[in-house]
Amino acid sequence: MSILIFLATVSILLALTGLAAFWWTVRSGQYDDPLGDASRILLEDPVDRPLD
Amino acid sequence: MAMTSHALERQDFSAFLRDGEDGRPSIDLLVKGARCTACLSKIEREISAMPAVTSARLNLTSGKLSVAFERGRDDAGAVLERLENLGYPATPFDPAKALAAHDAEGRRLTMALGVAAFGAGNAMMFSVPIWAGLFGQELGPATRTMMQWMSAVIAAPCAVYAGMPFFTSAWRSLRKGRANMDVPISIGVILTLVISFVETVLGGADTYFDAAISLLFLLLIGRWLDHRLRASARSAASDLLAMQAPAAVVVGEGGVEHRTPLDDVRAGDLLLVRPGERIPVDGVVEGGVSELDNALLTGETAPVRVGKNDICRAGALNLTGTLRLRATARSEDSAVAAIARLVEAGAQSRSLYVRLADKAAALYVPVVHSAAAITFLGGWALGLSPREALLRAVAVLIITCPCALGLAVPAVQITASARLFRRGVLVKSGAALERLAEVDHVVFDKTGVLTEGRPRLLDPVPAAIAMAAPLARASAHPLSKALSAEAGVSSLAQDVVETPGQGVEGWIGGRRARLGRAAFVGVPGAVPSETELWFGFDGDTKIRFAFADVIRPDAVETIVALRQRGLTIEILSGDLAAPVAKVAQALGIETWRAGLTPAEKSEAIAARGREGRRVLMVGDGLNDAPALANAHAAMAPGSALDASQNAADLVFSGEGLDAVVAALDVARSARRRALENFAFAALYNLIAAPAAMFGFINPLVAALAMSGSSLTVTLNALRTGARR
Repeated sequence: MSILIFLATVSILLALTGLAAFWWTVRSGQYDDPLGDASRILLEDPVDRPLD
Repeated sequence: MAMTSHALERQDFSAFLRDGEDGRPSIDLLVKGARCTACLSKIEREISAMPAVTSARLNLTSGKLSVAFERGRDDAGAVLERLENLGYPATPFDPAKALAAHDAEGRRLTMALGVAAFGAGNAMMFSVPIWAGLFGQELGPATRTMMQWMSAVIAAPCAVYAGMPFFTSAWRSLRKGRANMDVPISIGVILTLVISFVETVLGGADTYFDAAISLLFLLLIGRWLDHRLRASARSAASDLLAMQAPAAVVVGEGGVEHRTPLDDVRAGDLLLVRPGERIPVDGVVEGGVSELDNALLTGETAPVRVGKNDICRAGALNLTGTLRLRATARSEDSAVAAIARLVEAGAQSRSLYVRLADKAAALYVPVVHSAAAITFLGGWALGLSPREALLRAVAVLIITCPCALGLAVPAVQITASARLFRRGVLVKSGAALERLAEVDHVVFDKTGVLTEGRPRLLDPVPAAIAMAAPLARASAHPLSKALSAEAGVSSLAQDVVETPGQGVEGWIGGRRARLGRAAFVGVPGAVPSETELWFGFDGDTKIRFAFADVIRPDAVETIVALRQRGLTIEILSGDLAAPVAKVAQALGIETWRAGLTPAEKSEAIAARGREGRRVLMVGDGLNDAPALANAHAAMAPGSALDASQNAADLVFSGEGLDAVVAALDVARSARRRALENFAFAALYNLIAAPAAMFGFINPLVAALAMSGSSLTVTLNALRTGARR
């Protein structure tokens, strides 16, 4: 029984980490330009300097 | 946007600059034609290498380039010039609009979707042991209660967060005294959470935390798709607006030219309008001579000459000479504004249209809620305990929660608009597709819709064309352009001088030649005409070229295809009776009216509406805008003025009129799929609701039934518009 509670808590914490990461990706605008981001990895010359 | 680099350099763009977070000025530019990786790398490398630029970043999805400058060294004109030289014409974007483009609602929905996915996945982890317990596996009541609590701790906060879009929308709708689809969703979710908590506390077996959160997850997919559709159409519309109605050039003290947003132009300002630009606001000519193309304003094909003290209407295209105008009205008071008011009235009547999903909700909500109430009262009366009766009532609400319904229409419409987008048709809203599917009468504008809207040479004689071509190529006048288009490759005349409103003069092979009006070329006694050009060498015979606006090549097929689909067809035009009659006869259309004002056109459409007809208006001019807004559904070509594109539901690009037929077919197919989805959802509820009433539903069945029905509906939606 106690191992169940321990494991369940760990799994929820892990999932919360994932949720926090998702929250960060949304907030930092990583879904704002899917086309551009897909293209940027193909560029040899690192030209993208962040604007802000 | 035919602006010379010379012109750009001298202009002042300070009205478009905004201060970045670190105090550096930056500007947002809408870049045309940047669609690939190579464009991205070229633009960013070239622009960030410019002296005063600290950074340049292009958003490939929206086509917007953000350029930041060193403090005090902003030189937007140079950046625009560089872009133009690279082959990407750009327009500055109004700072207020740039901020609005920041899609806050989209991010909020994406977040809600992510939270719901997290909640559904993790709550399910604790539901599986509970489901296993239903089949007599070993699961003691203490363990079950623990699993239920775990499930509750995850699902409840997630459901409250992810459900907010539905709760707020339901509340807004209830306050207006109506019930939309979000009302049963909200009641269902909230009641489910509350009852599940109570059951957990009392140690009962039936809790539906996982069902509540996965329901929200599935519904949010539909909501998110719907938002994507509207957001992409909205940004496309505002991009078109930015490209087509750029800033006005105001001449300030000492002759400095300021590029000013249209809204900031005041009456009395002196404006400069170069050839190829549109007249920004109503004004009187102070200097310069030119010809104006009013085709988009009135539907007239022939250009109109203007000189000192002539009145110019906002929206007309300046063809040949540079004009200095004294503005007589602000942008919102211009002649355009009267038309805008008519458009607004039409748009308001259109907003009363009840969408398919809301019609379904109006039927659905009372039925489901009374079924739940009957289950509770009936169960109690027939000897169930109140708790048992309430649980069954909640099971009815959960199992009938309009999951499939919420997904049914958005999934179909996103498929339909994606298919149309590939054919070059932009759908501005889901409601537009629904209205288009109901259409039974099509009204066409003539100029620019049934015809090409630009002159073409009649009876071309190759030898004569070849002689005149070197001069024609030197002029930007539409008739000259039509002539040089026929000629193909040719040399260019030397020492060309263009007299605005008259013609061009230059040297071809050592002989002086003139191309233009009869009087200018020196033809005695000829009647001045706007649809002909004369050409002649000094002292030689003069040649006449006649032009006409020709019918689009696929107009006849389109009319036939529309008739086959059971639609009646009519032409309403602002042009003179003779050219309209000719087009109507060539296309075999019996009903036509000519010489209509914008208000008369709009009234003609409204009259058809009162007869009970559902009218599709296809038009491009500003004079069509009120009619477009008043019609049941409206389409405008991509070449139309921004006002008309805003008034239309669908915008089609490219040359072909066949887009009208394609859009109609896809819209009808989308309507069929949506109705099928509703039928399926109704059938599902017909089986599931009685099952829930009689207590055959447990949390596992509820989960399976819900995801199964949503999947079926989505798969059916994917068939929309596919070739049969």
